[in-house]
Amino acid sequence: MSLPATSSDGFWSDTGKTGIASWIFSTDHKRIGLLYLYSVLGFFLVGVLLGVLLRLELMAPGRTIMGPQTYNATFTVHGVVMIFLFIIPSIPASFGNLVMPIQIGARDVAFPRLNLFSWWLYVIGAVIVLTALFTGGGPPDTGWTFYVPFSAKTGTNVSLAVLGVFVLGFSSILTGINFVTTIHRLRAEGMTWGRLPLFVWSLYATAWVQILATPIIAITLVLVFVERVVGTGLFDPSRGGDPIMFQHLFWIYSHPAVYIMILPAMGVISEIIPVFSRKPIFGYKMIAFSSLAIAAAGSVVWGHHMYTSGMSDTAILVFSFLTFIVAIPSAIKVFNWVSTLYKGSISLEAPMLFALSFVLLFSIGGLSGLVLGAAATDIHVHDTHFVVGHFHYVMFGGTGFAFFGALHYWLPKFYGRRYAEKPALVAWALMFVGFNIMYFTMQVLGIRGMPRRYYDYLPEFARLNLVATIGSWILVLGLIILLVNLFRGLFRGEAVGANPWGGATLEWSIPTPPPTENFEEDPVVTHGPYDFKGAGKP
Amino acid sequence: MSTEAAHHILSYRKLTAIWGALLVLTALTVLITRAELGALKVWAALAIASVKSGLVIAFFMHMKYESRPFRIILFVALVTLAIFIGFTFFDVLYR
Ligand code: HEM
Repeated sequence: MSLPATSSDGFWSDTGKTGIASWIFSTDHKRIGLLYLYSVLGFFLVGVLLGVLLRLELMAPGRTIMGPQTYNATFTVHGVVMIFLFIIPSIPASFGNLVMPIQIGARDVAFPRLNLFSWWLYVIGAVIVLTALFTGGGPPDTGWTFYVPFSAKTGTNVSLAVLGVFVLGFSSILTGINFVTTIHRLRAEGMTWGRLPLFVWSLYATAWVQILATPIIAITLVLVFVERVVGTGLFDPSRGGDPIMFQHLFWIYSHPAVYIMILPAMGVISEIIPVFSRKPIFGYKMIAFSSLAIAAAGSVVWGHHMYTSGMSDTAILVFSFLTFIVAIPSAIKVFNWVSTLYKGSISLEAPMLFALSFVLLFSIGGLSGLVLGAAATDIHVHDTHFVVGHFHYVMFGGTGFAFFGALHYWLPKFYGRRYAEKPALVAWALMFVGFNIMYFTMQVLGIRGMPRRYYDYLPEFARLNLVATIGSWILVLGLIILLVNLFRGLFRGEAVGANPWGGATLEWSIPTPPPTENFEEDPVVTHGPYDFKGAGKP
Repeated sequence: MSTEAAHHILSYRKLTAIWGALLVLTALTVLITRAELGALKVWAALAIASVKSGLVIAFFMHMKYESRPFRIILFVALVTLAIFIGFTFFDVLYR
């Protein structure tokens, strides 16, 4: 990784080690944050490539570029890479590490070595997952959900892949423990809970979910591994096991995991919107509280993935009801963001555009989620492209767009240089348009009955599938412009000062790029995170 | 954490005694499988397992001598687990 032009500054220069070792063995939270950032971005691009290949195959009926087995493997690997290697660590591990300690006025996280170790675990897990693709019976073809009985029987290399995900789980748990401890113990003087930036609140809620739910997927995947290797029969009805048990165990983690994905994104949006509206956030307490409420309520709704599994009707009723409850704290956030905009002095720069499109796309995704949360409608659209459209709206339109917003909002702070505004706007517009063309069309296809996870479809779906595939090209074109512009700017763009956006959180009160230990002397916080009169001072 | 709690060291005698108790309970678990208890067998096995994990947590993991926050955290984890398991019974019991 080469250094930016202003490399003599801040944490870029000041280090005991040299070369690559100054990165991969660094315990500085900013360097670890960047390590994570580049790792997750790399995997994101791999995932995008696979996604585009999926759309290419679906461009026309019949075999277009790949056969059924390759298609099955491609969507599985696309899903595994996007979920476990990109989106779960994306915002918390990269921007959480980069800015959270600064935002609370700390010099580093509570356990810097553990922090480095968790990045290493991430790398080890990723290597194991990648090895699984090229060894044994070939890349897994189960879908990212690894459902039994198929995952216990398929000849593809599921065993190694689940071990890789197991290791990745530990990385996530360690990050969670680190963040909870940091937020409890290392807040600067005057940084009361009521003055915590909302991004920190969202990471705090996320961290608890990471700690409490991740062990369950870890154990569950070990059970699949054991089932495959020694045939315990735990999920096999002919030996007294229960395959639905797997689905419970899987979703007990994986549903809360979608809150690991979305909560930090909501935190990013709660930072960007007030700064670019030049107005304090509306309903600070409710936004902070709703993060915790989402984390808590979201942990008991996993059954809504299983309406068609053969689960009892009582359970369907309970889980459906609970699912509707999660909509309340989510809606609280959306209303508060919109109220923040009201009568604000809105400036539509790149981070803000991504934040605003987050609100829209997340709302579309969330509302389509209610269609799926109601058992009566879900039974019709279960496992169709409606679902694929729904989760891309929340994960990609939601977390993905928040991640791009965060890249534009925070990276100039760490590089000391910024991207050009115009190309960023063009990139945003292309991505926004392409995104909707692709996924809205996929939702329509789903409502009409096109199932997910098939490489082929009935001829009547041909036209809309072509439209969706063209949408994916527009989206990717925008993405390329975005990345080229962003990174060109970070290395060669215009220099930025300490506080380019006029933010009031602590990271904007220290020099750009931040010094190795963030603060020359421990700050004493005197104002809230969205009190713009105090912007630039602790 | 109080210094007293931090420095509490268990004697070998006590540790060995607990280890012995764990072995006895393990033997008991095996023995019950031979008894004619019907569905009670599961409850008995679970009860023994709970006592065993209680011993491990209290002594080997030192929880008996730790300060409040640690016990609360353990409690939170146990409650979470209970909720997760409890909610699956909406399915299992009514299928
Ligand atoms: C250019 C970007 C992307 C494209 C073109 C794309 C395309 C697709 C398509 C067509 C499918 C459906 C396959 C099928 O069911 O037949 C799919 C599945 C999926 N995608 Fe994406 N996607 C993209 C980005 C993302 C992102 C950013 C995420 C997550 C953060 C994501 C997560 C998933 C997951 C979890 C699945 C389900 C895989 C499975 O069925 O096991 N995708 N994607």
